[in-house]
Amino acid sequence: MNPTRKRRLIIVVMVLIAAAIAGGLTVFALQQNMNYLFTPSQVQEGQARGYKTFRLGGMVKEGSIQRSSDSLKVTFTVVDADGAMPVEYTGILPDLFRDNQSVITTGHMENGHFVATEVLAKHDETYMPKELKDAMAKAHKGRKVVETGDEPAAATQP
Amino acid sequence: MSSWIPLWLHKLGSPPTFYRFAGKLRPWMLALAIVLGLVALYGGLVLAPPDYQQGDDYRIIFVHVPSAWMGLFIYGVMAVSAFIALVWRIKLAEVVAMESAPIGAAFTLITLITGSLWGVRMWGTWWTWDARLTSELVLLFLYLGVIGLYHAFEDRRQGARAAAFLALIGIINVPIVHFSVNWWNTLHQGATIRLFGPSTMSGSMIWPLLTMMVATKCYYVFSLCSRVRADLLALESGKDWVRQIAAGETAR
Repeated sequence: MNPTRKRRLIIVVMVLIAAAIAGGLTVFALQQNMNYLFTPSQVQEGQARGYKTFRLGGMVKEGSIQRSSDSLKVTFTVVDADGAMPVEYTGILPDLFRDNQSVITTGHMENGHFVATEVLAKHDETYMPKELKDAMAKAHKGRKVVETGDEPAAATQP
Repeated sequence: MSSWIPLWLHKLGSPPTFYRFAGKLRPWMLALAIVLGLVALYGGLVLAPPDYQQGDDYRIIFVHVPSAWMGLFIYGVMAVSAFIALVWRIKLAEVVAMESAPIGAAFTLITLITGSLWGVRMWGTWWTWDARLTSELVLLFLYLGVIGLYHAFEDRRQGARAAAFLALIGIINVPIVHFSVNWWNTLHQGATIRLFGPSTMSGSMIWPLLTMMVATKCYYVFSLCSRVRADLLALESGKDWVRQIAAGETAR
C-alpha cells in the first residue's frame, strides 16, 4: 500500500474509532437516564417521584378491568413481577387491550392511583396462527398458562 | 493496489466494465424482484393464516419488516463503499455509496409510514418517542443528510467525499437501531427473526417474509445498477467509452 493511501486509511479508521467511542458513551449515558417507562414496583419505590407526568408500563392484571356503565371511564390494575398500581382512564382503549396484555400508560399520580391520559397496548414478537395457539393452550391445560394475550417471555419485559 | 484482490474485481471497478456488467445484471434482478415480490405478497396476504393476537392486521409485517431490513442493509453497503471511496478514491465506490442513499432513504421512509399505520391499529398511537422509533427516524435523517451534503458541492467528487465521511460516521446508528429494543424499554417489540436461535414465528408466516426479503434485495441491486450506470455516464462524459456508447445510440 502506498504512503498516501496508508495515511488516508489511518485517518479514516481514527475518525471511525472516535465516532464509535462517542456513540458508545452516548448510548451508555442514555441507558442510565432515558427511561421510557416506569414499572409499578419502580413507582412504589419512589423512582418516579420527580416527574409530574410519566409512563407506567406493565401487564393488565387478570380480572381487574372494570368499565363504568354510564361513561368511557375504566379502571384496571397494572402489575409487574413484584408491584401493582391501580389505573384510571377515560377514553377509547386500543383493540389489543385485554387481561394479561402488556400496556404502556401515560399520566400522573393522584391519591395513590395513576390517572392515565393515554393507554397504549404492546404486542410481543410472537406470531402464530390462532389454531396453533389454541392447540398449545389445550396441551398446557394442566399447568397454569396465559390463555389470551402475551407469551410468558414477554410478560417479564413490559 | 494490493495483489490479493483478484484481477476480475479490479476490472469490475473500472467504469466501462461495470457499466456493461450492470447492464446485463439489471433485467434479471428486476424480473426476480417482481416474481419473488408477487409470490411473497400472495403468500403473506392470502396463504398465511391470521395471527392469534393481531388477526389480519399483522400482515403489514410483510412490507414493514423487509423495508426495515433494507434500510439497515443499504446503510451498511453505503458505509463500506464510502470507506473504500475515502481510502482508495475509487470512482465506482463513490458512485455506489452516493446512489445507494436515495434507495435506502425510500425504504426507511416506507418503514416509518407502514410502522405508523401498524402502530395506530395495534398500539393505539401513530408515533411515540421510544428508542426504536427515534433511532429509525435518525437513520432517515442521516440518509437525507448524505444526499443533501453530496448535492451541496459544485464538484461532484468533492461532494461525494464529504458525504462519504458523514455516511461512515453515521454507521454507529445502525447497531443502535438494531439493538434499541434490547437496550431500552420500548413500545416496539423485540426481534422476531433471529439469525442465532429459534425465531418466534410460524413457518407459514415466515416464508413469505423471507421471500420478500430476497425480493427487496433484488430490487435494490436493480435500482442501484440503473442509477450507477446513469451516474457513470455523466461523470465520465467526454471519455472514449462514453463517446462510443453515445455514437452507438445516435446511429440507431
